[in-house]
Amino acid sequence: MATLVHRELSAGAWRFYGPLLVLGGLVAAGFAAFLYMEINGHHVTGMDNQMVWGLPHVFAVFLIVAASGALNVASVASVFGKLEYKPLAPLSGMVSLCVLAGGLAILAADLGRPDRLIVAMTHFNFKSIFALNMFLYSGFFAIVGVYLWFMMERRMSRYSSMAGLAAFIWRIVLTTGTGSIFGFLVAREAYDSALLGPTFVIYSFSYGTALFLIVALAALRWDARALDGAQTARLGRLLAILTAASLYMTAVFHLTKLYVTRYHGIESFLLAEGGIYPLLFWVGQVGLGGVLPLAILYAPRSRGTRAGVLAAAVLVVLGGLAQMYVTIIGAQAWPQPIFPGWQESSRFFDGEIHAYAPSVPELFLALGGVALAAALVAVGVKVLPLLPESCTDSSSPPPTSPPARPR
Amino acid sequence: MSGNPRRGFLGTAAAALAGVALAPGIRLIELAGARAPGEPVTAKVRWGMLIDTNQCATGCTDCVTACNRENGLQDTGRPRTDAQWIRKIELKDLNGGRQHSAPVMCQHCAHPPCVDVCPTGASFKRADGIVLVDRHTCIGCRYCVMACPYKARSFVHENLTDQKPDVPRGKGCVEGCTLCVQKIDRGDGITACAEACTKAGHGAITFGDLNDPQSAIAKRLRELPNRALRADLRLDPGVRYAGV
Repeated sequence: MATLVHRELSAGAWRFYGPLLVLGGLVAAGFAAFLYMEINGHHVTGMDNQMVWGLPHVFAVFLIVAASGALNVASVASVFGKLEYKPLAPLSGMVSLCVLAGGLAILAADLGRPDRLIVAMTHFNFKSIFALNMFLYSGFFAIVGVYLWFMMERRMSRYSSMAGLAAFIWRIVLTTGTGSIFGFLVAREAYDSALLGPTFVIYSFSYGTALFLIVALAALRWDARALDGAQTARLGRLLAILTAASLYMTAVFHLTKLYVTRYHGIESFLLAEGGIYPLLFWVGQVGLGGVLPLAILYAPRSRGTRAGVLAAAVLVVLGGLAQMYVTIIGAQAWPQPIFPGWQESSRFFDGEIHAYAPSVPELFLALGGVALAAALVAVGVKVLPLLPESCTDSSSPPPTSPPARPR
Repeated sequence: MSGNPRRGFLGTAAAALAGVALAPGIRLIELAGARAPGEPVTAKVRWGMLIDTNQCATGCTDCVTACNRENGLQDTGRPRTDAQWIRKIELKDLNGGRQHSAPVMCQHCAHPPCVDVCPTGASFKRADGIVLVDRHTCIGCRYCVMACPYKARSFVHENLTDQKPDVPRGKGCVEGCTLCVQKIDRGDGITACAEACTKAGHGAITFGDLNDPQSAIAKRLRELPNRALRADLRLDPGVRYAGV
């Protein structure tokens, strides 16, 4: 068995700085969008007093959810002792940290008063899920940071499974918290469900694995490092089972809502009559983001191939964004019943289905956060030994030998 | 010592004069249910409103206009992003077609969801039941807007000019009906919307202390069948509705 060696990215100057420059440009565009929105106020966006959370939130929540799932490969190696996942474990930790940073950057940049971020860090209402999440997010950085250090530092590697377990528990709590941001909103008929916490946990597994696979495949290709068929097939199977689990949770969530008569209106809006939202749900979330990736991952011709796994991962990410759009925007588009049983109308758009068209600054702010996450990963793999010299089964420790301690 | 009779007389006269001078003020404070300056807000009072939709006229927006004037809310020509502290909702019963009109504003819940979700504690409830936003600690996350069942919160989408000195507002913060807290604190004893509604001759809005059994609002609440909006959520709002 070859020794498992991790090494910094060795791509030449242009192969490294070229893509980084493109990402830097997108981050700069995102920053410009942030300044434009903050100077003029949010009236220059597609958001208003009916749709208070928009496209930036769709991307931010997607990234935050995916960040926790990006740790899957490391968790499978450390917590569940599947050592064949070990070569990519450090990259998995790094991607989860960078993706969380990208998501939080979008959220912070969209605040009405981003200059008061220090207020958010010094004044806490502990009944607020948002306030609790601030601790969960900062704790995630600390725990995964330590976990990453333990994985990379040979003298500390014997503690890495313990750190991995702590990170695993923490991220389950973190994503439960993110889902509960919506789940506890009893005023909105699309939410008001305790299932949203665990549903987001399952979504995080598939979105994070998909996002991680895109990054890992790109990084290995970037530096022309080997990835053998067995590893690719294994990662593909992991993505497949998690994608199937996401579809299951989607079905359970909507079936429980459909069981309650008072939710029939919102459910028929989101799943059948709401225009863009049923389209995004059935074609985006379920079709492109669930059924098609499963077909690709299990079809004999594409099963276990690098192109097949990459295509499935890209589709799962797109499906995840569609899901967040339906969950966040669709829920606000549906009018809140203030006088149930009465038809309502007002100059403040009561009783109406609210329209939303994302503006260009919102799109750039969102893409800026994605680019920031990607740029951080790029710098990370350049300066830290995160990528395996080769990602093959022969470079992994023997998978079943009992004395080997998981890292 | 028998003391100086003239000094005694002067003392008594001064005390009587002070009493005569202060008594109306003290009586006024009592009448208005207001606090003396410097006195903290207490839970002895719970401010609230009763909206009688049988008295509320369809098409009349005097309460909205009065609120906007009192609190310095301006029409920018962009209704989707303009702040709206009070609005008139036109209602039609889905069974039978009965029609009503009702002003809706922050319901000043005893258990406000906006206060629960606010990460910094900027959304808060005063001891006297008024739900407010601290403009110094609001970070503009809009979680309270998402959480409010009454659509009572607005986010300030653009720069503000010509603000009222006693109604602090600001771009990037969330705001909503304050029950004209500036008027209550100076002892007016009525909100701008209730004042305008009375002036228009409708008398659909009664404002007062829910804790005082002798108050006009308490008496009307006893007389008229009334309910809380979205009573299923059990938020115990300070604003009640009769007629719908």
